[in-house]
Amino acid sequence: MDWTALELSLRLAGWTVAILLPVSILFGRFLAFRQFRGKAVVEALVMLPLVLPPTVLGFYLLVTFGRNSPIGQLWQDLFGSQLVFSFTGLVIASVIFNLPFAIQPAQRGFQAIPAELREAASCCGMSPLRALWKVELPLAWPGVVTAMVLTFAHTLGEFGIVLMVGGSIPGETRTIAISIYDRVQAFDTDSAAIMSAVLVAISVSTIAVTFALSARIGKRLS
Amino acid sequence: MALEVSAQASAPIPLDVAFRVAPGALLALVGHSGSGKTTLLRMIAGLWTPGQAHVAVDGRTWLDTGAQVNLPPHRRRVGLVFQNYALFPHMSAAQNVMAAMDQPDPVEAGRILDLVNLQGLGARHPAQLSGGQQQRVALARALARRPQALLLDEPFSAVDRATREKLYAEIIALRAHLNMPVVLVTHDVNEAQLLADRMVVIEGGRVLSQGTVAEVMGDATALRAMGIRELAAMLPAKVAEHLPDGLTRLDAPSGPLFLPHVGGPPGTRVRVRIMAHEVIVARTRPEALSAQNILAGTVAQIVPGQGPAVMVHVAVGGHEIIARITRRAADQLALRPGDPVHAIVKSMSVARDHVTPAGSDIGV
Repeated sequence: MDWTALELSLRLAGWTVAILLPVSILFGRFLAFRQFRGKAVVEALVMLPLVLPPTVLGFYLLVTFGRNSPIGQLWQDLFGSQLVFSFTGLVIASVIFNLPFAIQPAQRGFQAIPAELREAASCCGMSPLRALWKVELPLAWPGVVTAMVLTFAHTLGEFGIVLMVGGSIPGETRTIAISIYDRVQAFDTDSAAIMSAVLVAISVSTIAVTFALSARIGKRLS
Repeated sequence: MALEVSAQASAPIPLDVAFRVAPGALLALVGHSGSGKTTLLRMIAGLWTPGQAHVAVDGRTWLDTGAQVNLPPHRRRVGLVFQNYALFPHMSAAQNVMAAMDQPDPVEAGRILDLVNLQGLGARHPAQLSGGQQQRVALARALARRPQALLLDEPFSAVDRATREKLYAEIIALRAHLNMPVVLVTHDVNEAQLLADRMVVIEGGRVLSQGTVAEVMGDATALRAMGIRELAAMLPAKVAEHLPDGLTRLDAPSGPLFLPHVGGPPGTRVRVRIMAHEVIVARTRPEALSAQNILAGTVAQIVPGQGPAVMVHVAVGGHEIIARITRRAADQLALRPGDPVHAIVKSMSVARDHVTPAGSDIGV
């Protein structure tokens, strides 16, 4: 059992969730309530990581973050280390490929709030920020939590992108999914089995929580 | 603290409206669905902005498209009761009320809930309340905002008839506590006549008629828009005696009225809505007639309508009863203004929800 890999995976998932939580609320709410030109294009772009093969996305991120790219150069100049094959690079990649998981459920959660309730909030004297806190989030939170749970689980299991952008550096970029692959390559099926079982347990509980919350969001607004 | 409203727009519906509501007065915006009345209410609240409009309360401008002033809804002191109440489902009744307060105060919330007869129900969530109770919470929440204008959007349309009658009586009683202008949007002329001091009749976004309820009821154009069968007069009366046969004798300036049982102890002041198409006019006092109410008066005016009918306004004891009769009948009786006549009203023609408690008299 590679505890370092599990700890690294949890840390990566934690950072991803922490960064995507405000993004999911603000951007999900924006897409739910605002109508603008090109909204369909934006929504399609957000969904893109869902349909792209992870290795393809990973390849482009590797090229974009690489030492020869402007972004990679700038990072190197600013922080004196390279972005690819580092934990920071993994977090950025993880945030990007989790966008659809973080935004879609939150957007659905906000969309389920009747327009009249938001109007009632403003007629009650609530500023937009206060209405978000007192009315919208309490009604949309199952959607937001679902988004975060999916993001967390998805990050734990991601393989292709992590391998492309991060490689397999122990303690830096070797996540539990990579570690399972390494163990199998080394014919250590026992370790691979244990780690796989841990991931199964986490995934099953994730789905359970998600379903329970979706049921709840339906019940609340009926 | 009067509310002054004017609006012109071409989309989404054409609109050309101006009216003023005095403090404490209740103005009914009457029109069919699609007439623009709800849109107007939303404009006052700040939920919609037309091309050209001006909304001011108590001299303070909420909206002036010419001067680029447009306060967002939360900056306007407005209490809005939505048609379907729009209560916050995750909050209790008391929390809903407190949500509209600047400084949430459970004691004050309880006081307002008492005012709308919801004693002891503050802890219930909207899903645990009946339609009528939800309506009262919505009203309490609107009042908790300490509004400078109270707006009611078809607030009685989602409850059953018995509840509606009860709510009418409560609103009338509550008006003694309200000192802000109130605007009621409704398609129900009975409701407007029972509750409002003044009416604005809207059709296709335009004002067809406005004035006191009695004035609008005398306006043929307004009547055509509202449906001529809605034409009715309001008579003030006082419960005198409950008779053993189930009728109630009321004292009215026109003389005694016998109606099916009217609630309230003797002395209760009520208003009776008498439908014009139910009234018969006679030259001489008829005898051996089943109708119980024969009111002596004089013809005040005769308003010709479209088609075969005319509206005969009969002055009885300082008030008017309107009779909608055929032109043929008016010709046969050779009615002229000033002629003495009798207006005949069957007791059973007055529906129960056409008798309501008289509120405090608020001058307009």
